[in-house]
Amino acid sequence: MVRSEPPALALESITCTFPAAARDDQPYTAVREASVRVGKGEFVSLIGPTGCGKSTLLNVAAGLMAPTSGSVLVEGAPLRGLNRDAGYLFQADALIPWRSALDNIAAGLQFHGVDRAERTERAQHWLERVGLAGFGNRYPHQLSGGMRKRVALAQTLILDPKIILMDEPFSALDAQTRELMENELLELWSSDRKSVLFITHDLEEAISLSDRVVVLSAGPAAGPIGEFAIDLARPRDVSEVRMTKRFLELHRKIWELLKAEVLKSHVRQKHA
Amino acid sequence: MSGRSTPSGPLMILYRLVFLLALFAIWHALTESGLLPRFFFGSPLLVLEKAARWFASGKIYKHLAITLLETVLAFGCGTLLGLATGLWLALAPAASSLLDPYIKGANAMPRVILAPIFAVWFGLGILSKVALGITLVFFIVFFNVYQGVKEVSPVVLSNARMLGATRRDLLRHIYLPSATSWVFSSLHTSVGMAFVGAVVGEYLGSAAGVGYLILQAEGAFDINTVFAGILVLTAFALLLDWIVTVTERHLLRWRPTSEGARLSNR
Ligand SMILES: Nc1ncnc2c1ncn2[C@@H]1O[C@H](COP(=O)(O)OP(=O)(O)OP(=O)(O)O)[C@@H](O)[C@H]1O
Ligand SMILES: [Mg+2]
Repeated sequence: MVRSEPPALALESITCTFPAAARDDQPYTAVREASVRVGKGEFVSLIGPTGCGKSTLLNVAAGLMAPTSGSVLVEGAPLRGLNRDAGYLFQADALIPWRSALDNIAAGLQFHGVDRAERTERAQHWLERVGLAGFGNRYPHQLSGGMRKRVALAQTLILDPKIILMDEPFSALDAQTRELMENELLELWSSDRKSVLFITHDLEEAISLSDRVVVLSAGPAAGPIGEFAIDLARPRDVSEVRMTKRFLELHRKIWELLKAEVLKSHVRQKHA
Repeated sequence: MSGRSTPSGPLMILYRLVFLLALFAIWHALTESGLLPRFFFGSPLLVLEKAARWFASGKIYKHLAITLLETVLAFGCGTLLGLATGLWLALAPAASSLLDPYIKGANAMPRVILAPIFAVWFGLGILSKVALGITLVFFIVFFNVYQGVKEVSPVVLSNARMLGATRRDLLRHIYLPSATSWVFSSLHTSVGMAFVGAVVGEYLGSAAGVGYLILQAEGAFDINTVFAGILVLTAFALLLDWIVTVTERHLLRWRPTSEGARLSNR
């Protein structure tokens, strides 16, 4: 992409070193010199073997964690503190357990000082948008895993963030629910083209959702080792797109690269 | 938990009443037959008569009201103090590690020995009983609040921060609700402790309250009145506990019940 406009989000030569857990341990460098850019309105997936440092990179992008070295640029400006332009969809359940679905969705507006009547109305609208119209009064534990993810999605999107960070948001869901959610995500995304950094270790998910897939090497000292533009036509249906020839070609190409890393990480974890 | 043969609600209540009657009957038989000396063990009929007379004459209400007032005040003040201190120390690690041994020490000390000191400081009125109750309630609430703040899921916290929560928002919308939910789940213990503080305080020196009635009767070797007092206190404690149960069910309805958690697909 040759544009004068700076990328929505840029991770520049990020290195993250964790201090040693025990006295005779070495400090652990999870990520070294990793650079990832997300253009405006672009959907980028970050894929890599488990434990390679995907969540770490996303936490850095969110400003929840300071990198040991390197910088984060948001629309060209260095990030200080939390990334206020970003919404974060966590891998684990992050809903507030003592708030109903509706109040969870409204939480962000409440923190931003929107008055009760307005935030309830807007939360109600989002509740409907994620298909949970009748479930506003339920507490998180009364919702299914897929419903909780929908609430979390609405909770993040209601604030209209310019950048959305997602950490394996659907990995805990069953295959059918997952496909449904992926399609819903694509639909929501296509309506106002946010910049998305999406983490997954599922290659099919990465290809079917993204504009670009970035492959990370196995840790320690992980970093991007390959980038693939996904030139599948949009709008896409995630289950249909998986049958196309182009999808299979891309899958084979990326998998060749990824497979070696997955094996490496597997061997390392076994002998750790 | 309930076995196949456990009878349902109303029948169970009936069985429980039968059990209670049986206890009184045995007590009655043992003391009437002279197997147990009546001077030390009283007589259930006289005990019940005494209790009935208290209620009929209305004499008991004043004393119950005093005991209740002490309980409520001790519970309220102890809870507020415990809540504030717990929140503060849980969010201020330096102060927490400074005060840690003192709090542990104060909690380990049997608080009842403070009752005479409080009597000297605050007199024989309700204040000294409330003070004793507070020292009992405070630590229960304090430790629960401390735990509640520490147990807040880091993911929920990060999520709230990403949604724009300031430090004050976090305190008000995350830490405080989490802490209070722990306080609510220790409600039975803390209300019970406030009650213990009130009655023990009265018993050790006072001019009113159910504990005072018992103290007086003991002085006159009136064992039946002592038992009547204990009976009234027990019934009253059960009533308080029931109120707590109802309140708790309402306040903690967002929590998965153990049954629901087992059934849900988490
Ligand atoms: N706080 C920490 N202290 C020490 N090491 C850490 C810490 N957080 C993460 N790590 C290490 O950094 C590496 C990367 O962790 P990270 O959570 O980013 O992996 P991931 O790619 O998200 O894995 P997964 O796909 O399983 O979620 C791991 O090897 C992990 O052990
Ligand atoms: Mg992760």
